[in-house]
Amino acid sequence: MAKNDELKKTSQIPEEPEKKKKKSAYISGRDSRRITRFNRKVTKKLEKQRAAANKNPDLYMTRMRDQNNVVEFDNVCTYFFTDIGTVKAVDGISFDVPKCSTVGVVGESGCGKSVTSLSLMQLLQRPTGQVVGGEIRLNIGNGQAYNIVNTPMEKMQELRGNSISMIFQEPMTSLNPVFRIGFQVDEVIKLHNPDMTDEEVKARTLEMLELVGIANKEGVYSMYPHELSGGMRQRICIAIALACSPGIIIADEPTTALDVTIQAQILDLLQNLKDKINSSIMLITHDLGVVAGMADYVVVMYAGRVIEKGTAEDIFHHPAHPYTIGLMKSKPVVGKKVDELYNIPGAVPNPVDMPNYCYFRDRCEMHCDMCHGKYPPEIKISDTHIVSCYRYYEEGQILGYPKTVNVEDL
Amino acid sequence: MADEKILTHDAYSENLFKDAEKNPENLLVVKNLKKYFPIKSSFFKMTVGNVKAVDGISFKIKRGTTMGLVGESGCGKSTIGRTILRLQDKTDGEVFFNGQDIFKLSKAELRAIRPSIQIIFQDPYSSLSPRLPVGEIIGEAVREHNIVPPEEFDDYITRVMEACGLAEYHKDRYPHEFSGGQRQRICIARALALNPDFILCDEPVSALDVSIQAQIINLLRDLQKQFGLTYLFISHDLSVVEHISDTVGVMYLGNMVEFAETDKIYSKPLHPYTQALFSAIPVPDPDYKMNRIILEGSIPSPANPPSGCKFHTRCKDCMEVCKYVRPDFKEVEPEHYCACHLYNDAKRSAEMAILVKEAKAAEAEAEQNKKKK
Repeated sequence: MAKNDELKKTSQIPEEPEKKKKKSAYISGRDSRRITRFNRKVTKKLEKQRAAANKNPDLYMTRMRDQNNVVEFDNVCTYFFTDIGTVKAVDGISFDVPKCSTVGVVGESGCGKSVTSLSLMQLLQRPTGQVVGGEIRLNIGNGQAYNIVNTPMEKMQELRGNSISMIFQEPMTSLNPVFRIGFQVDEVIKLHNPDMTDEEVKARTLEMLELVGIANKEGVYSMYPHELSGGMRQRICIAIALACSPGIIIADEPTTALDVTIQAQILDLLQNLKDKINSSIMLITHDLGVVAGMADYVVVMYAGRVIEKGTAEDIFHHPAHPYTIGLMKSKPVVGKKVDELYNIPGAVPNPVDMPNYCYFRDRCEMHCDMCHGKYPPEIKISDTHIVSCYRYYEEGQILGYPKTVNVEDL
Repeated sequence: MADEKILTHDAYSENLFKDAEKNPENLLVVKNLKKYFPIKSSFFKMTVGNVKAVDGISFKIKRGTTMGLVGESGCGKSTIGRTILRLQDKTDGEVFFNGQDIFKLSKAELRAIRPSIQIIFQDPYSSLSPRLPVGEIIGEAVREHNIVPPEEFDDYITRVMEACGLAEYHKDRYPHEFSGGQRQRICIARALALNPDFILCDEPVSALDVSIQAQIINLLRDLQKQFGLTYLFISHDLSVVEHISDTVGVMYLGNMVEFAETDKIYSKPLHPYTQALFSAIPVPDPDYKMNRIILEGSIPSPANPPSGCKFHTRCKDCMEVCKYVRPDFKEVEPEHYCACHLYNDAKRSAEMAILVKEAKAAEAEAEQNKKKK
C-alpha cells in the first residue's frame, strides 16, 4: 500500500513539468529543417537589402532628432537567426546618449546590453545576427548623422576608433599578446591620421600613456601585454580607446575583471578623462554601485527591452518598474543590515519564445489585470523618467509602444 | 631590555591563539599557516625562489558562524582554502579542525574526516561533470562514504535536493540543462549531502547575476540555520561578505592584515589597507559622496614582496619601521586583530627600534659586500 502511494507520488510529480520543458526545448528534425530554410531565406534577403543600402548615401545619411545627442537609438531591433529559432536579443529599444554625459546601461546577463553596443559598432556576427529594424544615428557634426544600420564597411572603418571606440571587459583578451604596447597604440593613431609622421605618432602615444596615468611611459611603450598587471592593461585599453578623441566611448563592463581598489582607480580615471576630451560614455555594467557613482542617465534593460530610463536620481531614488525595485533590493549594501535579501522569483523567459504580454509579468509580485494585455507602452511619469509598466498607466503620459519587427514579414 | 630576547614574528603569532584549539567552541583554528610555491629555473629544475602565496596566517572560526575572507585577486585567499582542506600540502603552521591537526592525520583518518569538510567552487559551469546526471553527482560521495544505508539512498538524495531548492525530477537531468543559479544549487547539494560541519565557499556567487546571487546567499543562510553549518566564505565582493559573515578577515599579499567581527571591522577599520578597501566599495546611491582613498599602483609580485610590511609601498601612513620590520598580527582591541605598526604598544615599539637598527646595519653591510665584489 505504502509502496503504491510512493509510486503514485513519483509518477505524478515529474510528468507535468517535463511536458512543459519538452514543449520549449525539443525540436523535431522537420522543424529544424524548416527553421534553417527560413533563416537562409531571410538572411539572404537582408544581406541583399543591406548591399543596396550601402551604395545609396540617402539611406545611410540622416539627421539627428536633437543636435545635443551623440547617439540616438530609435526602435532598434537586433535579431539572431539561430538554429533553434529567431532570438530577439534587442527588440525595439530607444534611448539617447547626450553630449558629454555618461549613460549607464544596466541589466542581467543575456538582457541585450552587449548586443546593443555591438549593433552600434556594427560588430554583429553576420549573417546570423542582423539589425532588422530601427535606426542608430551617430552625430558627426554640421547637422549630419550616419545611420549606423546601413553604413557601408569602409565608412564604418573610419568611424570605429575615431568617433566610436570601445573598452572591453577583459583587458588580457582584447590586447594582442604578440605585439608591443607601443605598436598597438600607434596603430590606431596611424590608421586614422595617415598624414602624421612616425615621430608625431609616437609622441601622441606617449602623451596618451601619460594621460591614463602610466608613470613609466617610455618603458611601457616597449613592453608586451603580459608584463603588465590587470589594472595597467585596462589603462592601455583606455589609452587605445581615447587615442583619437572619440565622441562616444562604449565601456562594456570595464571593471568587472578587476579588483575593488583597482576598479576605483579606473573609474576615477574614466570620469576625469571624459571631461578632458569632451566625449560621452556608454557604460554597460551589471553593478548598480558603479552606475550610481558614474552615470548621469540610466537605462535599465530586461529581456531585450528597455523597461525604465531616466536620470540617475530618478532611477536610484524613485525606481518605478518592479524589476528595478527588485534589483535594488536584491543587492546587499554596505552599512544597511537586512535579515534576508529580496530575491526576484522565477527566471528570464526563453528568448526564442517570448510571451506577448509584459515579459516581467510572470515574475512580478505587483502585476494587475492590465498586465494580461499586450506589452506595456512607454509611460512618462516625469520629464526625464520613462517606464514601461501598467502600474503607471493612469497617472502617466503614454508615449507609445515599442516598434518591433514581425519575423514572418521579412 | 637588551638581554631579553626579542620575540620573532613567527613566535609572536604562534602565541596568539595558544590553546585555542582546545576550546570546543572553535571548529577551525589556523595557526601561522604558510604555503610557498617553489619557482623552478627552466634549466636544471633548481628552486630559485618561492612564491609566498600564504605567509603566516592565523585565524579561528567558531562553530555555527561564517567567516568572510576578502582581498584582491592573487592575495592567497583560495590557497588558504585549499590548504585547510589539505588538497595541497602546507609549508609550515598548523590547522586544527575539531581539535585535530589535519596535517598529522593518516590517509585513512583523513578520509574519515573528509565528509565533514566540504567545498563549493566558484564556477558552477566547470565544477560539475558533464557526463553524470545530477542525482549521481550529488550521490556519488554519499555512496562512497556510506552516509546512509543503500535502501534509503534515493530518499536521502531527494531530501537533500529539496533542501537546496531542486525538484526530484531534476535527478536524471544533466548539468548542461540547468541555468547558472540552479547549477550552483547542485554544487551546494553535493556539499550538503555528506552532512558536513564545515563548508568552504570559494567565491560561490561571483559568477552569478545579482538576482540569482540573492537566491543563493539566502539559501546558504537558511541551510546554516537549519543544519548548524560553519562557513568560510571567500569573496572579493565586500557587500556580500558584510551581509553573510559574522567575522571577517582581510588579506593582502599572503598576509592577514585584519581580523575581527563584521560590525567592528566595517564600522571602524584599523589597518590602512582595510580603510582604503572599504572606501572603494561602490554604493548604489548617486548622491552618496564617496570619500575614496585611492591606492597608488597595484599589488606587488608575491615572488618578490617588499621588505618589512608588505603594504608599505602603497600605504598612506608609512613610517620608517614599516620598511624594515614585519608587523606582528596582534590583538589591538578585544577580538579585533590587526597587523600594523601604528598600533604597537610602548614596549614593542622599543623592540622594533632595535630591530630597525639591526636591519639597517645588515643592509649597509650587504651593500658594502656588493661594492667589494
